[in-house]
Amino acid sequence: MNRARTYVTIALMVGALGAALSAQKVQITGAGATFPFPIYSKWFSEYNKKNPNVEINYQSLGSGAGIRQLSSQTVFFGATDGPMTDEQLQSAPGRILHFPTVLGGVVPIYNIPGLNTELKFTGPVLANIFLGAITKWNDPQIAKINPGVNLPATDITVVHRAESSGTTYIFVDYLAKVSPEWKKKIGVATSVNWPAGTVGGKGNEGVSGLVSQTPGAIGYVELIYAIQNKISYGSVQNMNGKFVKASTDTVTAAAAAAAKQMPADFRVSITNAPGDNAYPISSFTWLLFYETPKDKGQAKVMVEFLKWALTEGQKFAPDLGYAPLPKDVVDLEMKAIPKIKLG
Amino acid sequence: MKNSRFSARPDEVFFRVGTGAFALLLIVIVGGIAFELGRQSSLSIAKFGWQFWQTDVWDPVADQFGARPFIWGTLYSSILALLISTPIALGIAIFISELAPQWLRKPLVFVTELLAAVPSIVYGLWGIFILVPVVRQLQLNTPAWLKSTPFFSGPPLGVGMLSAAIVLSIMVIPFTSSVAREVLKAVPQAQREGAYALGATRWEAIRMALFYARTGIVGAIMLGFGRALGETMAVTMVIGNSPQISLSLFSPQYTMAAVLANEFAEAAGDLYLSALVNIGLVLFVMTLIINTLSRLLIWSMARQKRPRLRRAALSEAGQAA
Repeated sequence: MNRARTYVTIALMVGALGAALSAQKVQITGAGATFPFPIYSKWFSEYNKKNPNVEINYQSLGSGAGIRQLSSQTVFFGATDGPMTDEQLQSAPGRILHFPTVLGGVVPIYNIPGLNTELKFTGPVLANIFLGAITKWNDPQIAKINPGVNLPATDITVVHRAESSGTTYIFVDYLAKVSPEWKKKIGVATSVNWPAGTVGGKGNEGVSGLVSQTPGAIGYVELIYAIQNKISYGSVQNMNGKFVKASTDTVTAAAAAAAKQMPADFRVSITNAPGDNAYPISSFTWLLFYETPKDKGQAKVMVEFLKWALTEGQKFAPDLGYAPLPKDVVDLEMKAIPKIKLG
Repeated sequence: MKNSRFSARPDEVFFRVGTGAFALLLIVIVGGIAFELGRQSSLSIAKFGWQFWQTDVWDPVADQFGARPFIWGTLYSSILALLISTPIALGIAIFISELAPQWLRKPLVFVTELLAAVPSIVYGLWGIFILVPVVRQLQLNTPAWLKSTPFFSGPPLGVGMLSAAIVLSIMVIPFTSSVAREVLKAVPQAQREGAYALGATRWEAIRMALFYARTGIVGAIMLGFGRALGETMAVTMVIGNSPQISLSLFSPQYTMAAVLANEFAEAAGDLYLSALVNIGLVLFVMTLIINTLSRLLIWSMARQKRPRLRRAALSEAGQAA
């Protein structure tokens, strides 16, 4: 009898403990862009160290998949490299909010045998190269902006990302802004109908592999990838006419310039941003939340996380090759966070 | 006869029903795939219909989708891969089963099967970093008269149809050669002994064994073909991913499996997604057609065999009498 009671007591205690633990532990899942995955996983693990009861799982499936999963409400939050379109926002079951988290840049890389100096590019020249209108490296358009550089008569081979990606989106978004022909013929998307004769490489590694092996090739990769793999890249002329080399500083500068005209929903393209020091092929990457989340418990935790990521979390960005948000943007976002309805 | 096969013992019944259910499950799964592919691609089918199979433009920005370059790339790369891999795989199979000394057989079998165990991403990386530069050198050294033919035109990029076909053929070899080897092993020893008894040389005896095993060998080649059609990762890494129809072995092209893998994750538009699923449906239908054709081929070959066997049996019977 006595023993039976002990068992019952133990069972009850174990049950209560289990209930308490599961009540405390909050598990949140999100899905989306692959580009910010390294910083997001760093943030989630750092945040988990500080708050052991919060576990955030992130599936880096791609921006499109993130938007789809958020719209079908299979994940709590989404992440994207290109802002959602009006059409996508309307087809979602609730209002979706964008929050920029960090910044990235895209850089042109090239392989010209025997060339040791770094090349300069302008938007229109890049657009013409990728359109196939400039076919040789010694084309007068390239020579004009690179005086004194001995350019060979090598054929240009254009390498682009084979798979749809946020990197392509940022790059072609820039080209469309500086070249009316690009805008009309090709347009802007994570994957576009590239002109004939171009080659697709899979991933940053595929593009840089093809460029490094093909004499005369030009391609584009994420700034992080170029920095981590010590690939040299060209500078690009910005809106103010200055040739700027991409770095975490110049990318942040582009965002700072854009902050002045930031729309309330943060859906903004900052390619070709004004400012002497602004690198023109830069972009935010965003986290996506419902304005009225279903699970208020998860929402409270996620809001706390977001505040942390926008402030303390930013210090992890440069080491991983991301440009941190400028202070102006963080301030704007802090003001916007209460839009998420927790009650 | 009937009673012995369809015994009413409960464990027999259970066994029959159980295995039958698994077989049925397979049909349900295949049917489910076909249904789901059709359902998910309905938007694209409604918009493009048969045009989808016949147009060349793949433009996600303008929502214009045509699958023809991908169909072409898939078939062309797979057929080229078969042309390269079949003689090699059959050579390996014949050597192992007929000619190799006993001590060499086991290691050779082991090595060919090891090829099948290498992940396709490894083949892809090998392709990018080792094969593609070699192919580029080959392209640079191609004589001008050859380059003027449609099969070898285009700039020396390295990536393209030839690299893809070579990588594919290496991936296909272990499949074809393993099955062909097993099939050759299944040829009754009496057949070979009979051939030798009639004064056949070794080469003639092997030819006889090959003839005896021909349906199985066609099956082995078709298995390789199926593998080549569906291979994704290694191909997309070396084929150049450019949707165009070209006979040139040097030109970058694209396959159906590769475009699915590359664009599915980021496809946000409904029509775009539907068009990608439609590609999957096209691949499914093509695999179905090819498998059916290979079945028909095997059947027609098997039917050819019968009279010969009968004649052999008759002459045997005559000799015995």
